[in-house]
Amino acid sequence: MATYDFIFDGLGLRSWCDADKTEKGPLSMADLLAKGDSGKESSLLDIPFPSLDALNESCGRVVQSRAMTKGVEEGFLAIKDVLRFVLDPITQPLSWLLEYTLLIFETVPWWIMFPILMIVVYLATKSIRMVGFVTICLAFLAFIDHYSHSMQTLAIIFVCACLCVLFGVPIGIAMSRSDRMQRMTIPILDMLQTLPPFVYLIPLIFLFSVTEPKLYGIAIILYAIVPVIRLTDLGIRLVDKDVIEAADSFGMTERQKLIGVQIPLALPNIMAGINQTIMMSLAMVVIASLVSAPGLGVLVLRGIRNLELGVGLISGLGIVLLAIILDRVTKAALDRVNAAQKR
Amino acid sequence: MTGTVKIAIRELYKIFGLDPENALKHVLDGVGKVDLLEQHGHVLGLQDINIDMHEGEITVIMGLSGSGKSTLIRHLNRLIEPTSGQVKVDGNNVLTYDEHQLRKLRRESMSMVFQKFALLPHRTVAENAGTTLQVRGFSQNEYLAEAKKWLGVVGLSGFENHYPHQLSGGMQQRVGIARALTSNSPIMLMDEAFSALDPLIRTDMQDLLLQLQDDLHKTIVFITHDLDEALKLADRLVILKDGYIVQQDEPQHILLNPCDPYIEDFVSDINRARVLKVRSVMSALVGDTPPADAHGEVDYNDTLEDVITRSGGDTSHSYIVTRDGAQVGVLEMTNLVRALVPRVASEASARKL
Repeated sequence: MATYDFIFDGLGLRSWCDADKTEKGPLSMADLLAKGDSGKESSLLDIPFPSLDALNESCGRVVQSRAMTKGVEEGFLAIKDVLRFVLDPITQPLSWLLEYTLLIFETVPWWIMFPILMIVVYLATKSIRMVGFVTICLAFLAFIDHYSHSMQTLAIIFVCACLCVLFGVPIGIAMSRSDRMQRMTIPILDMLQTLPPFVYLIPLIFLFSVTEPKLYGIAIILYAIVPVIRLTDLGIRLVDKDVIEAADSFGMTERQKLIGVQIPLALPNIMAGINQTIMMSLAMVVIASLVSAPGLGVLVLRGIRNLELGVGLISGLGIVLLAIILDRVTKAALDRVNAAQKR
Repeated sequence: MTGTVKIAIRELYKIFGLDPENALKHVLDGVGKVDLLEQHGHVLGLQDINIDMHEGEITVIMGLSGSGKSTLIRHLNRLIEPTSGQVKVDGNNVLTYDEHQLRKLRRESMSMVFQKFALLPHRTVAENAGTTLQVRGFSQNEYLAEAKKWLGVVGLSGFENHYPHQLSGGMQQRVGIARALTSNSPIMLMDEAFSALDPLIRTDMQDLLLQLQDDLHKTIVFITHDLDEALKLADRLVILKDGYIVQQDEPQHILLNPCDPYIEDFVSDINRARVLKVRSVMSALVGDTPPADAHGEVDYNDTLEDVITRSGGDTSHSYIVTRDGAQVGVLEMTNLVRALVPRVASEASARKL
């Protein structure tokens, strides 16, 4: 005798419910446990919510909740092959890109890599102090033999952040130009931003093989692309209406307006988005080590798995150092843009 | 004062709201601004505007905030589309232009100066001033050279490589003017161009504009809410109120013959001696003989202030008025003094108390 029997009896559905009673659904652990004390007096406090499982007890025809998870799973598996057929070739360049960039970052010897990075930092920040700071941090990482892992992490971030900007900025521009596009995109961005990062990995693991770099590449890009899209959209929408009107009054074409006015004036916001994107890809690159992403994350993972406290903490420190370097350098570049645009 | 009509506005209406076409019918049936808003939820922006703007003149459109003056100037280059009516530039109706023709008009025939300057903060002063030519596809050398020339004219030589934020408000607006001049367009639209500046700087800028106009003879449409500024600059003054034209005429004429209590109120507070000119107050020469007791000659276009200074305040004097050397009239100081008192001064000031 289950709680909701009266509903089905009342609606006269009893015979429909019991039509194939012999085929009772598989027993769950809870059912087995409940069997022991079935004779117990039921009190008002024990009334279950009319969930699928509770209704199933009263009527065998109602599906159990586990059917839903099963349905999602089967649905995904059903379209998996088609998805894979489409996505695999499209995303293949990402695999190559990651592989070759990793290869380059690993094979270039440190005494060439250091000057290159120093020049890049100088060009971005125009600050000798920043160059010195970055050099010291990298030298420290190399000194404690974390150089190659750091470079792997840096290579992955470099590829993913570049791709985020490459796709994110145009998407942001499209959003800023059409309210409809904005309304459609924002829920997707919200979802990408709130889904726990591990959840991306689950379907991706089914779609691609775990050994392929594009698996973690896609996960990182999906996770990190959101801020650059949002801030590009925001930045362009915030451009001074008077300046836009002036641009119109001089007869600028849409293209001239976009390239000559809107993007330059939105640049501080876009740069802030790029900074956020880089920081988020760094966060994700650690999680992505679960699916074979190389780099400092692998060491962190080893620390957790084998309870090697020292390995985990030191590699964590390495990640912090990388984060500080990337953050300070992009912020310094952002400040330079801001200084040039002061009102 | 005799130039041909450069811009002609005819029966221009602008209604803001969801269904302006329908609301226009109500307006044409005689529904007023207040009723239109209350009963139909539409805002009447401009109502039956008819203006002729002559080539080489400064037409000042004056009105308080909300009178529709900024809306009106944006109709000339179609930054705002009208609900109905015509805007003719050199005889062609701008409102029928397609995108390409409109862009050509904005690039080559009209340039605009903005209240908030609207300079591009990431570009240097010279690049800003050259924007109008850059848009048209001129090479960097060409537009920078032209920009430097006009920056010199507005008194900004040496600042070419500064950024806008390094300049004061007055200097930034000089860049705005140089930018408009660089385009070499015959028409300049100035939307409250000096309203954001300090009073002293504003006077400087007004003088600069008048001086430029002496050399360049552009057709200028100037928007302002400041009557002193309007009277100083205007060859022709259009006074707007709640979206319709209250009076349009030569400033002298409006001052001496205000057609509406609103305008009487407006003009009662200004320094009439500085605005009124001898020609508006003199009496025409009868016959050929100037009065024998005249104390000298004054020019047709002198302000009354000049004459008062000359007379030393003696109201018994009279002067012979000359124009281009010929004697055209007589100015009695008593008439001059009478003209200084507004027709309704007492009434207007009583209302203010």
